[in-house]
Amino acid sequence: MSDMDEMDDGSGIVKKFMFLNRKAPHGTVYALEGLEVVLITAAFDQDVSMVFTDDGVFQLMKGIDSKGIEVKDFSKTYRALEGYDIEKLYVDQASLDARGLTEDDLIVDVTVLSVPEMANLMAEQDVVISF
Amino acid sequence: MQFGILVNEGPYTHQASDTAYLFARTAIEKGHTVPRVFFYHDGVNNSTRLATPPQDDRNISARWSKLAAEHGVDLVVCVAAAQRRGINDDVLAPGYRISGLGQLVEMGIQYDRLVTFGD
Repeated sequence: MSDMDEMDDGSGIVKKFMFLNRKAPHGTVYALEGLEVVLITAAFDQDVSMVFTDDGVFQLMKGIDSKGIEVKDFSKTYRALEGYDIEKLYVDQASLDARGLTEDDLIVDVTVLSVPEMANLMAEQDVVISF
Repeated sequence: MQFGILVNEGPYTHQASDTAYLFARTAIEKGHTVPRVFFYHDGVNNSTRLATPPQDDRNISARWSKLAAEHGVDLVVCVAAAQRRGINDDVLAPGYRISGLGQLVEMGIQYDRLVTFGD
């Protein structure tokens, strides 16, 4: 993806960044372009969490094949996140339930949270960016 | 308080850029500072000087330019998102510049608040 050289804003400050992924992987560009921001934020050595909620849970679904719609399949990127020290992946239980999905349907290891647990996690963040 | 602003939608179709502008202008009027606005996704389309909306409508691109000129707001357009959408230095309105996503992350690190306006 983008230039992944270590970056530094010079301040030495580390903040808690949460990226809230709400949209399906295809249909709009938000998931793809959102991932770019996540990777850059990790390159700045910030404390990164990713949350998948609403149709955003489809981003992590196994067996995505985007050939038929002639757009890039970027789902492999989620499996590479660990290599960028992005290991805090959270999924909303209610969003999985509403779509008939379970943790076994997902391509990466995640922590599944209830709505109150998610709310607590959000309250701890310094910056929440929603895509 | 220092506010960073992220605009994720283009002009006119969505209200995001209008609301972001009104938020920024009001924050400045109330004595806060808005050092930078970052344009991402279709938000990069706010930066073109080629838009010519009807006379009786607001000119979204131009009023961001005016805010930048009057209050020193840094209007940053994401380079990767801009390249996808045909936005380059040749079409930028005054006060906008093209740069990388690091400028967005910096807002999150350095400012008191980062406020997203999008769909």
